[in-house]
Amino acid sequence: MLNLAPNIPDPDGFYAELLGVHEGLAPEESHALNARLILILANHIGDRATLSAALEAARTSGQPRSGDAP
Amino acid sequence: MQDRYPLAFKLYPYARVPDQDAGAPVRHPVVIVGAGPVGLSLALDLGLRGTPVVVLDDHEGVGLGSRALCFAKRTLEIMDRLGAGPDMLGKGIVWQKGRVFRDRDEIFDFDLLPEAGHEYPAFINLQQPHFERFVMEAVTRAQAKGAPIEVRGKNRVDAVKDTGDGVAIDLITPDGPYRMEADYVVACDGARSPVRSMLGLGFEGRVFEDNFLIADVKMTADFPTERWFWFEPWFKSGDSALLHKQPDDIWRIDFQLGWDIDREKELRPENIRARVDQMLGHSDYELDWCSIYTFQCRRMERFRHGRVLFAGDSAHQVSPFGARGANSGVQDADNLAWKLKAVLEGAPDGLLDSYDAERVMAADENILNSSRSTDFLTPKSQVSRLFRNAVLDLARDHPFARQLINSGRLSVPCIYDGSPLNTPDALDAPARSRPGAPCPDAPLGDGFLLKSLGAGFTLLALDCEAPESLPEAGVTARRLSVDTAVAPLIRDRYLGEAPTGLYLIRPDQHVAGRWPTFDEPQVRAAMRRAMGEATC
Repeated sequence: MLNLAPNIPDPDGFYAELLGVHEGLAPEESHALNARLILILANHIGDRATLSAALEAARTSGQPRSGDAP
Repeated sequence: MQDRYPLAFKLYPYARVPDQDAGAPVRHPVVIVGAGPVGLSLALDLGLRGTPVVVLDDHEGVGLGSRALCFAKRTLEIMDRLGAGPDMLGKGIVWQKGRVFRDRDEIFDFDLLPEAGHEYPAFINLQQPHFERFVMEAVTRAQAKGAPIEVRGKNRVDAVKDTGDGVAIDLITPDGPYRMEADYVVACDGARSPVRSMLGLGFEGRVFEDNFLIADVKMTADFPTERWFWFEPWFKSGDSALLHKQPDDIWRIDFQLGWDIDREKELRPENIRARVDQMLGHSDYELDWCSIYTFQCRRMERFRHGRVLFAGDSAHQVSPFGARGANSGVQDADNLAWKLKAVLEGAPDGLLDSYDAERVMAADENILNSSRSTDFLTPKSQVSRLFRNAVLDLARDHPFARQLINSGRLSVPCIYDGSPLNTPDALDAPARSRPGAPCPDAPLGDGFLLKSLGAGFTLLALDCEAPESLPEAGVTARRLSVDTAVAPLIRDRYLGEAPTGLYLIRPDQHVAGRWPTFDEPQVRAAMRRAMGEATC
């Protein structure tokens, strides 16, 4: 079951750390780091249904909402 | 009639046959177009079952070149049933382990048969010409014992027409044209299938934009007999490389060249040698055979079109990574032979539709695996390359990433889950031997289980009673009783925790149904179902 409710105890600290590991990296190095991070997190989750739900949540939340002005 | 390719072995020289001088076209029950590994296996299977079969080929033997190389356990088990298994095992290079490298680092290894108790190994490497020669030798032995198999070399099919109650075939030979008729035609005529074109049938799928160079080199070397695969190899001879040992001190080296290449330039011996030199660090070898190939993953929508059936590459095509081409073609033949015989002898015509259902399912499984491997090997976008390289980066330090490395998922037989011929599982036993599955082999007495199964239907009675024979639906199932106290691996693989079990096994060694004990009405119903008779 994918948890989309707040779950990180120190959200600002985590966000700063996430940006921190990208500091000084060229865009392609950042992309590579993100890809490794996704794979590490995906393996930690493991559960296939949760992973599918996460992929779907990521896919749809990047799209314009229906009813939004074009 | 000019040959389109040079021959490795001349196996079926042209000879004039009485059909050519007959006033009217002679009718044959089964005509197979193409004497490759699939066509010959099918002919051998039919002939051994007593069904007359004619094989037509536009050449007089096997083409040159190693081509299909890795033959899987299931193929060898089928070949054992057909009498060609021991020859293949004797000549082939046995292997079961693979290693994957990136640059110089080993990042992954796998074992394709980590358990004991099988007569045949996970894989042998055997050049396709030898494979075909061994099948043809088995055909010749079967013919000597009266098997009604005819192989006609230099008989090219020029037209095929389904007339509703038969198939009319126009042929051309060195002595001119003639015509024959068949109840059924099986097109085993390869990826560019002329029969498929003659019938105007489609063959849609994905093209993968990459070129691979095969260099077969002859040398003495002491690399282990394992499949070695490199991503971004340190020797820089290609984006990836693959090394396999073949019989007779020949080594298959496969280099990934990319899409935009000058094919003619890459095939020049000096350029091939430059790549091989870089990899081996020396030039003490001979080039035996070279080829550049591209590939597609595709299949026909249906493998049966009335009285014409398609098997092997004519019906489906995959990338070579995974060895799922020739192996799946031989399994097509295995699936089709007994069904053709049964329908010719009066079983419902719908039984042939189950060939389509089961082998389309297998083709889809092979195409899925093959496409996934190819997407990993040949990333088709920046982002797929990004993730591919992320997997390779992580694999060095973290075991979880190693399972994502895909250099080819090697051929395993399809389990026909949901096949119309299956009777729902009624035994709480290991899933690997459920209805639809090919029987796992296991030691039995001084031999092996698969060898002990009959050519027809078998009632495998495990620690339970069953009649010696059971006639139903036009066939007779024969009993094979096993005391699992003295066959512990049969117990492990077929019973698990169940105290007893009764399996109904098809002529192609796939499980049709299984129960705790012999229940005659249920077994009879399962036999009718497996023979394509509608169940009520």
